[in-house]
Amino acid sequence: MADLTTNFIGITSPNPFWLASAPPTDKEYNVRRAFEAGWGGVVWKTLGEEGPPVVNVNGPRYGAIWGADRRLLGLNNIELITDRPLQTNLDEMTRVKKDYPDRALIASLMVPVNEDSWKSILDRVLETGCDGVELNFGCPHGMSERGMGSAVGQVPEYVGQVTEWCKKHSNLPVIVKLTPNITDVRKPAQAAKDGGADAVSLINTINSITSVNLDSFAPEPTIDGKGAHGGYCGPAVKPIALNMVAEIARTPSLAGLPISGIGGITTWRDAAEFMSLGAGNVQVCTAAMTYGFKIVQEMISGLSQFMDEKGFTSTDDLVGRAVPNLSDWQHLNLNYVTKARIDQDLCIKCGRCYAACEDTSHQAISMSPERTFEVIDEECVACNLCVNVCPVENCITMEELSPGTTDPRTGKTVQDDYANWTTHPNNPGTCAAE
Amino acid sequence: MSHSALTPGITSGRLSEDDLARNFSDLHPPLDPHEALVAADRCYFCHDAPCITACPTDIDIPLFIRQIATGTPEAAARTILTQNILGGMCARVCPTETLCEQACVRETAEGKPVLIGQLQRYATDTLQAAGTHPFARAPETGKSVAVVGAGPAGLACAHRLAMHGHSVTLFDARPKPGGLNEYGIAAYKTVDGFAEREVDWLLKIGGITLENGKALGPDLSLDTLRDQFDAIFLGIGLGGVNALGLDGEDKTGVLDAVDFISDLRQASDLRALQVGRDVVVIGGGMTAIDAAVQAKLLGALNVTLVYRRGRDRMNASVYEQNLAASKGVRIITNATPRAIHGNGTVREIEFEYTDDALTPTGETVRIPADQVFKAIGQALAGDALPDLDGRKIAITGAGRTSVTGVWAGGDCAAGGDDLTVTAVAEGRDAAEDIHKSLVS
Repeated sequence: MADLTTNFIGITSPNPFWLASAPPTDKEYNVRRAFEAGWGGVVWKTLGEEGPPVVNVNGPRYGAIWGADRRLLGLNNIELITDRPLQTNLDEMTRVKKDYPDRALIASLMVPVNEDSWKSILDRVLETGCDGVELNFGCPHGMSERGMGSAVGQVPEYVGQVTEWCKKHSNLPVIVKLTPNITDVRKPAQAAKDGGADAVSLINTINSITSVNLDSFAPEPTIDGKGAHGGYCGPAVKPIALNMVAEIARTPSLAGLPISGIGGITTWRDAAEFMSLGAGNVQVCTAAMTYGFKIVQEMISGLSQFMDEKGFTSTDDLVGRAVPNLSDWQHLNLNYVTKARIDQDLCIKCGRCYAACEDTSHQAISMSPERTFEVIDEECVACNLCVNVCPVENCITMEELSPGTTDPRTGKTVQDDYANWTTHPNNPGTCAAE
Repeated sequence: MSHSALTPGITSGRLSEDDLARNFSDLHPPLDPHEALVAADRCYFCHDAPCITACPTDIDIPLFIRQIATGTPEAAARTILTQNILGGMCARVCPTETLCEQACVRETAEGKPVLIGQLQRYATDTLQAAGTHPFARAPETGKSVAVVGAGPAGLACAHRLAMHGHSVTLFDARPKPGGLNEYGIAAYKTVDGFAEREVDWLLKIGGITLENGKALGPDLSLDTLRDQFDAIFLGIGLGGVNALGLDGEDKTGVLDAVDFISDLRQASDLRALQVGRDVVVIGGGMTAIDAAVQAKLLGALNVTLVYRRGRDRMNASVYEQNLAASKGVRIITNATPRAIHGNGTVREIEFEYTDDALTPTGETVRIPADQVFKAIGQALAGDALPDLDGRKIAITGAGRTSVTGVWAGGDCAAGGDDLTVTAVAEGRDAAEDIHKSLVS
């Protein structure tokens, strides 16, 4: 079994699986259960400043979308930061950290944008013995209406300013949690880095309405007939999160900025994907909220097995391994030609590939009276839609045409060399070689 | 004095009321809403789906399942009933394992088809429980049609004709409509008077006058009907029962399986129904299975089903054969009845082993029997019928017989599978053809 011990910005944990700042980490009771289940670290539910705690709605806080068999695919919430007194949280954090010294304990913070507020909260959390702080610039609902959370995260100047204050008033490692509700996530990431952040974590939740109740005509979750947008998370957001992590990982000016990956991580495989795109560790919430804390055992065993199979001895061997393969569209090889291939032994003759291709794509699949489905190479542009709609894994695959063969669709010989759009004759912006 | 399985002879009350209630409860309990959603989620919504091709009534199965999955079982029911007005009964009695579910791509993929039959029942039950009828009649055409036989073919035909605005008189020889749905199917397949309720619901279309106790031959003649109506549809089924052709067939205890099944369906108290201690059923079709299983469920000690050919030649599906075996019915194949022994009352029945070509082997076996059910097929009864093709009414196209203005469908017509669902398809298609001929 590969050793999963992870050192993330100087904070060690027995594995790279942390629980994200969220409802599961709001109380000592929950966090102890999480550590007993095996989680490597916990980012405590966001603390606000001293004073009367925030209040939550007393109706539903979550909305959801489901896949087949009511499998939870996406969750949205309108819960605010912790609604328990600051001192209660601090006392509990102190006790937990003392009892679980080998686990990472991070304090998530959200206070108004003024230096005194941040200095004050940092002084308080320092006493807990926590391993670091995470600045919550991400929550998109409720607190953002009060000028905090994503309202800060959407203004790079604020992100940089607050990060600077935190570095100035504390020796703790500072992780800046980013909102995805922004056009270019690299901007706040750059501001965090310039402000001295030790790491960024992303993504926080996405502005969302999960559904509309068609009887009351109100968005879900509905509070007394009205609804407000919430923050969206769970498996459905993973592709968005992966891209944002990748954007940061491959930007030269952000190179080396540690990333804690968040967004729909449900299995060890999801975690490995985030880590290969540059995340030094991952944070999980919805999967735990769906299945309970025990899922971490599958994440640990799965990642260990995978690392053994790949010959990785440390998570460092995995982190960033896919980053060199991130590219812009304009640099993709236009001489790479593939065709769909249908494995007739695996085909169950559902015809979804045919319907998809015939109705919505390139009419590149034929159907015989006996329901044999075959690819018409003359028409196949290798779009991959048939692969994606086929219910049988690996029944349809994309096969590369080897150089020297003729692509029946274009009639052209497949070239061995690499050629992309920047040099393509159809590109009006092509620079003639000089 | 109470009886038990061991009580010799033919007697009633072998089992307690509780045991009987359990034995004759729904073979497939209905899906609850959650089960229906889980089952519906498994449908792949195939293109030009094989299940539709396999359905004799061409129900758009992927569409109705998607309608269930999206929370509109009433719309799903409409999709079903548009093609098959007896979709509720077919959901219960169709041999789905050899029709839609055999064709299901998930049967190919995993050996576990989508539960099409049970989903169809879920949809149609939901709609019928609401008590509404989803179809409306077209304006009255002034044309009248006689439908003879209120079984699956006649009901489907009558409904479709009524929907097109024709005025239908539906005759049936029996006291109740429904045909085999009411009299000829094992009780555990259609519990709680479903057949009767379904007919009541079907008749809500309006424009159908039901006349029970009127049979072709004794009460009605084709010629008279032709004078009185613009068109006639014959869905009279197979009224006769094939005989064994053995000496002693008239001994006490030798009965027709269809009568036993019918008595069982019409019984208000199963405790009062008589069944033998040692029951032998002769035949290899669904009727034989239904009789054998129900004899066992009524408390017979030994039930033996004997079929003259091999198991793969039995008309009863593998599923039905396994059901019989699971209930304790012993199945003997390749044995032909040779003699019925007993002094006035049957005591035992003698079989000779034969091969699939029915070549005698000279080896015989005697099986104790105090009750014998004959289930070796039914035959068309009556004369003055249109021309026959073999032993059934010859038809061309959508049920046209040799007599102008007379159509036929269901078991009485040549061709087809003798399934409820086939009868529905034939009745429906004949109705469309009749409609075309009446309005052109």
